[in-house]
Amino acid sequence: MQPLTTEQIRAVIARGKLRDNLFKALGIFCLAFALLVIVALIADMAIKGSERFTLDFFMNFASRRATQAGILSAWVGSLLVMLVTALAAVPLGVAAGLYLEEYAKRNWLTHIIEVNISNLAAVPSIVYGLLALGIFVYQFGFGQSILSAGLTLALLILPIIIVSTREAIRAIPAMIREGSMAVGATRWQTCRYHIIPYAMPGILTGVIIGLARAIGETAPIITIGALTFIAFLPPAPFTGEPPAGLFDWVFAPFTVMPIQIFNWTSRPDPAFEVNAAAAGFVLMAMVLSMNAVAIYLRYKMRKNIKW
Amino acid sequence: MQIHDNPPLKAEARNLNFYYGEAKALKNINMPIYDKKVTALIGPSGCGKSTYLRSFNRMHDLYPGNRYEGEIRFFPDNTNLLAPEVDPIEVRMRVGMVFQKPNPFPKSIFENVAYGLRVRGENNKRVLDDKVENALRGAAIWEEVKDRLQEQAPNLSGGQQQRLCIARALATDPELLLFDEPTSALDPIATAAIEELVHELKKRVTILIVTHNMQQAARVSDYTAYMFLGEMLEFGKTDEIFIKPKDKRTEDYITGRMG
Repeated sequence: MQPLTTEQIRAVIARGKLRDNLFKALGIFCLAFALLVIVALIADMAIKGSERFTLDFFMNFASRRATQAGILSAWVGSLLVMLVTALAAVPLGVAAGLYLEEYAKRNWLTHIIEVNISNLAAVPSIVYGLLALGIFVYQFGFGQSILSAGLTLALLILPIIIVSTREAIRAIPAMIREGSMAVGATRWQTCRYHIIPYAMPGILTGVIIGLARAIGETAPIITIGALTFIAFLPPAPFTGEPPAGLFDWVFAPFTVMPIQIFNWTSRPDPAFEVNAAAAGFVLMAMVLSMNAVAIYLRYKMRKNIKW
Repeated sequence: MQIHDNPPLKAEARNLNFYYGEAKALKNINMPIYDKKVTALIGPSGCGKSTYLRSFNRMHDLYPGNRYEGEIRFFPDNTNLLAPEVDPIEVRMRVGMVFQKPNPFPKSIFENVAYGLRVRGENNKRVLDDKVENALRGAAIWEEVKDRLQEQAPNLSGGQQQRLCIARALATDPELLLFDEPTSALDPIATAAIEELVHELKKRVTILIVTHNMQQAARVSDYTAYMFLGEMLEFGKTDEIFIKPKDKRTEDYITGRMG
């Protein structure tokens, strides 16, 4: 083959660059399309619901008249359910992830468990709802309560927390573990002083992503029988007469944001669509601010952890 | 090697074999470690010197599939460090280790050194302060860090980090200190500081050091062992090994014809 002339080399480069630019344009288009859809959705909800963005909307209970209906019981319900979800899912998920990474022997049993954790993450949320209806609501007798809903969503996000915990732990270099063991530490001391603190940014991120997923879940909550029309608040957490009264709130009936939205969209009166749009925007804002908190915490905690 | 002018033993490998799963990494090693002396392990990459070193604090127990045969006797109590009934944690409490790459914890300088003491249940502030200072002085880094003990350790330079890791190991008064190529990640100035430190440390602790660097072995050690393909080919006083090696392969390696 003859060596290429300068002209030929330039032609080859030009062809390559053209493809470069074509791909770049395609990438930007795809990205813009995806972002635009989200922005359009949020903007649409904001515009449609704009007339409901008043303090009353946040402080009113559901009502038969659209203009007076508010989301007080829904956002309070969502927050309380999230509290139960976090309290149940975080210790369980972190402990399970820690065990699998730091303690479990690598054998066929742990392999089966690992595969099935990924499978759990793929189980449709309605199935969790059915399971919870049978176990929490009837078998354990928790009823259609904040506790049942919180535990159901905890099951749902458990795989997310386990997986993110394991990934965070795996990112810790082996030399840190060896350095700790070499001075005579036990496995638990190594976990307590090193593994858990250093994995914390990753774990927190997983927790918040899991909670952001849970706060938008509707199907399993409907399955266990959340109310759609509720005009009172559960007792404030941990304020009742101790000891039993402290937990009155977990047995209270409740509703959550997505159910309130679903309820409003299924009303014949078009005025309720405005409520639904406004509530949808609020829910969106809740999710996005949770993600923002996750990003901030990760950034802040990672600053001090380097090897 | 005459028996009567040998110093007292700190440890002794007896018929030591080691397996990574099926692969035999150490072959029938017999070797004395003399008390308050520096013993260097040299040999080409993959010869098993790090594997051998990591047997002394049972580091291999952290990973599945590893197996020891034979004994490492530890004196004066004549414990077999490798015996299944001897807890590896007990072994690591008596045998300290400094790694190839400095591995300070992402915590404060103080907490890095205090860690070994905390693990032993020591939480008295005065005791911790004292021991941390002593360890940092012992590792020749006290003057550099005494005013910033609360700063994050990973912000130190590489050489300082390695001396901090030495301080971490010293804080718990180990009887034997293992160094796994402690200067391979450091520049010549930091290396010189570590070598000087090793020389200083042998007054209080027995040292076993793996090194790739012949000059380093010659400079810091009293005894040298030459390993090749999992076997201990030669062991003796450092002067003798470097001046008049008995084994042709040792000579080739030392003079740079191989390795």
